[in-house]
Amino acid sequence: MNHELARTLEAIQPPPVVMVDEERLRPFETDAFVSHRQVPMMAVLPDRESQVGEIVSACAARGVPVVTRGAGTGISGGAIPHAEGVLLVVTRMRALLALDPLGRTATVEPGMRNLVVSEIAAPHGLFYAPDPSSQLVCSIGGNVAENAGGVHCLKYGFTLHNILAVVAYDGEGERLELGSLALDAPGYDLMALITGSEGNLGVVTQVVVRLLPRPAATETLLAAFGSVREAAEAVGEILGAGLIPAALEMMDRVVIEACERYMNLGFPKDAEALLLAEVDGGVEETRDALALVRSILERCGATEVRVARDDAERAELWRSRKGAFTALATVRPDYYTIDGTIPRRMLPHVLDQVYSLAKAEGLLVGNVFHAGDGNIHPCIFYDASVPGELERGEALGGRILELCIDVGGTITGEHGVGIEKLRQMCKQFRPAEIAAFHDVKRAFDPASILNPGKAVPTLNRCSEWGGMHIRDGRVPRADIPRF
Amino acid sequence: MGGFLAPTFLDSEMSDFIPQLCDHVRRSAEAKTRLRIRGGSTKDFYGGAPTGVAVEMGAYAGIIAYEPRELVLTVKAGTRLSEVEAALAAERQMLAFEPPHFGEGATIGGTVAAGFSGPRRPYAGSARDFVLGARIVNGKGEDLSFGGRVIKNVAGYDVSRLMTGALGTLGILTELSFKVLPRPAAHVTLAFQLEAPQAVEQANLWAGQPLPLSAAAWQEGVLRVRLSGAESAVKAATARLGGDAMRDGDAFWKDLREHRLPFFRAGLPLWRLSLPQAAAPIPTPHAQLIDWGGGQRWVSGELDAVALRASVAAAGGHATLFRGGDKSQGVFHPLQPALAKIHKRLKEAFDPAGILNHGRLYDF
Ligand SMILES: Cc1cc2nc3c(=O)[nH]c(=O)nc-3n(C[C@H](O)[C@H](O)[C@H](O)COP(=O)(O)OP(=O)(O)OC[C@H]3O[C@@H](n4cnc5c(N)ncnc54)[C@H](O)[C@@H]3O)c2cc1C
Repeated sequence: MNHELARTLEAIQPPPVVMVDEERLRPFETDAFVSHRQVPMMAVLPDRESQVGEIVSACAARGVPVVTRGAGTGISGGAIPHAEGVLLVVTRMRALLALDPLGRTATVEPGMRNLVVSEIAAPHGLFYAPDPSSQLVCSIGGNVAENAGGVHCLKYGFTLHNILAVVAYDGEGERLELGSLALDAPGYDLMALITGSEGNLGVVTQVVVRLLPRPAATETLLAAFGSVREAAEAVGEILGAGLIPAALEMMDRVVIEACERYMNLGFPKDAEALLLAEVDGGVEETRDALALVRSILERCGATEVRVARDDAERAELWRSRKGAFTALATVRPDYYTIDGTIPRRMLPHVLDQVYSLAKAEGLLVGNVFHAGDGNIHPCIFYDASVPGELERGEALGGRILELCIDVGGTITGEHGVGIEKLRQMCKQFRPAEIAAFHDVKRAFDPASILNPGKAVPTLNRCSEWGGMHIRDGRVPRADIPRF
Repeated sequence: MGGFLAPTFLDSEMSDFIPQLCDHVRRSAEAKTRLRIRGGSTKDFYGGAPTGVAVEMGAYAGIIAYEPRELVLTVKAGTRLSEVEAALAAERQMLAFEPPHFGEGATIGGTVAAGFSGPRRPYAGSARDFVLGARIVNGKGEDLSFGGRVIKNVAGYDVSRLMTGALGTLGILTELSFKVLPRPAAHVTLAFQLEAPQAVEQANLWAGQPLPLSAAAWQEGVLRVRLSGAESAVKAATARLGGDAMRDGDAFWKDLREHRLPFFRAGLPLWRLSLPQAAAPIPTPHAQLIDWGGGQRWVSGELDAVALRASVAAAGGHATLFRGGDKSQGVFHPLQPALAKIHKRLKEAFDPAGILNHGRLYDF
């Protein structure tokens, strides 16, 4: 059957690359959720859309699971292969299909890297707004599948807000055109539904993105605070003042110290939090916004405010934020990034809780995150070579996610559920809601061949988990669905 | 309207509203009694004619949570849109998709169900873009919540956005959360004498530049452009664009949004053409009013639906018989078979008895 499918896929005209040898499949065994691994039965790398339709149809006819993979930068395990499935790798499909500078749209294949879209748009004074930190590598298809955000999404929105249409193949191999080149489409908003569906509702083969005019001016400030509470207060004050900055990012003491050691930024020794704010727009409004943000930061108790005078200084200020993860890697060999969202006013409370939970577990946590939209990214440090540390880190992560739910937030702001947060889905949603998600899945993929077992837990699994207390420890590895 | 609604249901304590609504829907599903979800009845003209026993949502009203600094508002679906807007205005905030009301009684639930957005849509986003969460009662009488009350959330499929524009055919919206935005401190409307093709091109050229554009519409040889933002931004952009500042600009955008301009009052069938913003003009025998910088074009008059839809589709858009006319030719653009299949399955899953707002959107 395995070989029969491989032959069928190889017979597609023109043929895609088909891999069945273990050593060639090995590089695909994980994504950026590196603690889990699985070699697929087979990988197939199409270079055009017509092949995708035939691949999905062939798999559908045989009931073989299809896991789509973009650049593999997902951090919740969404692209981890299925042992009996085909891994559909779309990175060779990366062409620009159309560019309309006047209408401000580009039609691209899913394997195009995020940053390339902005590079293509740049000669026209345009850019593609969603800018995940992984933008150099991650693919547009993966961005659609995760509804990816970025450091500038407070003002510019997520992937959903910046796309007009996608072409996708459903679980029966049928081609769907969702959305349109216009600002809306007839019927149900299936484009919104497929965005963020983690490869469960369709294989995305084309994306029409909206391009925005590049702002005429940008101002960047970095402020140091003596407490997280004051920094959080400044965030609320800025947003309450009627200003939506392009970015509002926060770093806590653990991150500041790591950055200080690693890059020597010379911040006050007693800084407990750094706030990075960026405002952009027209020249005059940006100048006014800068003055306003600066005065709010000072009024809220900033002990130091730095303003970038030029692009080089701007890059320098961003260095602490963008280099934070690299700097953190020097703290401990491994770390695990959490991705909850909370109501912003709960920030000081939640961070306090995060620190005490970590302390109880004997682990170190650093926080570098999108403060403007309340999307926290606690980084839990561990050493995988120390027995039990990974497990303790994962358990701590689970508790932090539950804390996010308890304060009225959500278990994932931008990284997706994948396999990582299946268990917390059972806490965030009630059985009838989980059942509705399965209904949605069935509408697109009745035989459940697209990324089965990811993103939405089965109700059985929820009831098994429901009987256990999360605080009793991590789910044994054997209990996690094997893909 | 039949007397099916038990009086207890209408008079009930509001805290029991949702359990009773669930019960009512469940019983209606068993009896296969069709339900017509009613907010303020301001949009009955839109889509297929409402049929069935009315479920009155106007009673389930009020703001549940509103923290201006969080930029998040949660509200019961029966709340009047005007009340929501007043609460936001008091904090110098707004629903950035600038929804039309089409009547005083408009509710927030009806606004989301219809999925309408006003002149600001191309520059700020649509109703769908600002919906963060929805609590619904589906056709099985289940009380379900999707999305949430935070700005960033990718847990579970985005069912709350699926509800936006579904015209109540998948569930009764009971509570809704929105992202809200600050109201711009200043705005101005500029007028330019241009013919339609040049106006569409100009609006798109400006949209590609860092200008605080918040609306662009063309009618009878005049392109009107609204600039909104910080005082300094509006001033600088006004100096750059030139044109004539309109004294009654605000009234114009409001009348456009509410279809109160003379153009809309001819009493003829009103077609809405949704097109790529920069699309070349679609010739029609009747005058057009172009909004959304070219993205939404209105035509008032009898038109051949099949021919119109063919030419609009060829340009990448779709056509809706928005108001009046012969609805037997289909109010909404026909769906491709693959999409129709998914629509039917979603409808069957959320409303297996087919009782919710039957026929409002398509033939289900
Ligand atoms: C260092 C680092 C920083 C990051 N920063 C951010 C950030 O700031 N913001 C953010 O949102 N995310 C961030 N991420 C997460 C990740 O980059 C995003 O989720 C990204 O969108 C994944 O894209 P990808 O191409 O790598 O997808 P993959 O990892 O290959 O796949 C992710 C999911 O999408 C599905 N998928 C991929 N392509 C398709 C397709 N064509 N059709 C259907 N389904 C598909 C897969 O099945 C899988 O479920 C970061 C990751 C890393 C490692």
